[in-house]
Amino acid sequence: MADYKRWTREQMAQRVARDIPEGAVVNLGIGLPTLVANHLPAEREVMLHSENGIIGMGPAPAEGAEDYDLINAGKQPVTLLPGGCFFHHADSFAMMRGGHLDICVLGAFQVSAGGDLANWHTSAPDAIPAVGGAMDLAIGAKRTLVMMEHCTKAGESKIVPRCSYPLTALGCVSRVYTDLAVIDLGPQGATVVEMCEGLDFAQLEALTAVPLRLA
Amino acid sequence: MIDKICPSAAAALADVADGATVMVGGFGTAGLPNELTDALLAQGARDLTIVNNNAGNGDTGLAALLAAGRVRKIICSFPRQADSHHFDRLYRAGKIELELVPQGNLAERIRAAGAGIGGFFTPTGYGTELAKGKETREIGGRMYVLESPIHADFALIKAERGDRWGNLTYRMTARNFGPVMAMAARITVASVHEVVELGALDPENVVTPGIFVQRVVRIDRAPTRCAGF
Repeated sequence: MADYKRWTREQMAQRVARDIPEGAVVNLGIGLPTLVANHLPAEREVMLHSENGIIGMGPAPAEGAEDYDLINAGKQPVTLLPGGCFFHHADSFAMMRGGHLDICVLGAFQVSAGGDLANWHTSAPDAIPAVGGAMDLAIGAKRTLVMMEHCTKAGESKIVPRCSYPLTALGCVSRVYTDLAVIDLGPQGATVVEMCEGLDFAQLEALTAVPLRLA
Repeated sequence: MIDKICPSAAAALADVADGATVMVGGFGTAGLPNELTDALLAQGARDLTIVNNNAGNGDTGLAALLAAGRVRKIICSFPRQADSHHFDRLYRAGKIELELVPQGNLAERIRAAGAGIGGFFTPTGYGTELAKGKETREIGGRMYVLESPIHADFALIKAERGDRWGNLTYRMTARNFGPVMAMAARITVASVHEVVELGALDPENVVTPGIFVQRVVRIDRAPTRCAGF
């Protein structure tokens, strides 16, 4: 078995950033996807949307300049870039549902080979369900991308034939970025686009619960 | 003379009845009208149905209303937060009913009520637990779920500036649910940090027209951690 080198979280974010083109309007989900913003090259103009009513969201403010009337979906203080603007919640979600966002990047518990997404609830007996904007984002953006670890801590594949966790949306994910590979999903099944250094196709197949093919 | 300015939050909320549905603006802590929820707590109405994106943070504002046992049901998208302990306790004890709604459906159901729409088909939630039992329809090759409007007796919202006709402007992301909640309630109470003369708000930049607002209360700006504002 060849030795392979998993991608770090920052490398995953860097890889997602490569797929975000000049001019795109993008929503980055809470958690891992937030890191993508740090890897968008300065010369590439990308508009960031935040579901609580911002387009043209900028980076975190300097310490001491935080304003708690200007926060992102994760409730962290942010800034507004020149040209950015504010709008109310119904307009913000019309932007998603209406197909005006080019890309959203979300985290996930599981995705299926066909692009079903489960990322809002584990159904654990004591868990309090909370959905936020996940379902609207997943079905709304022109492209929904997922960033997640390839396997659970117990070593189980998070790419599955059928999601066992409650669904967020059906057939919405077009590409998943894991610490091992970049994989396209959809009606044709899972197609491997890229693998981390040193990993071979047979190894990836062994770590993935669905049939794979090479692009 | 039309004058929607109320002398106090208590006066603006004196007629909230037991069993009322009350919308509360805010996302996280931005735009939460804490002085209005405090006044509602003092007023004493119970068996309330609350509509808010979250289910209270910490021990103040909306969380205090929950902690006092005044809320029978909450309609929201994201109850679980690091500091939602009062909701968590009530929910686990079966003492509060939760209607969990995807955030965009929540905003649109509120907007629909304000716009006189009897229901709408949305793709959000199709095929998920949150659409269970709801009517679905294929439209143009895509599947949609029928969602109904959410009306309220009162909306409590936080704005920035207002005038005696009820015209409002907001401040940055504190706007969030305010404009749609103002449309959906029979009586909308807006807190503002500044009451201005009629005509002082640029008519091109009024965000909520006064027709959607019944009462305006001036509240001093709470000191914040940010840039002395």
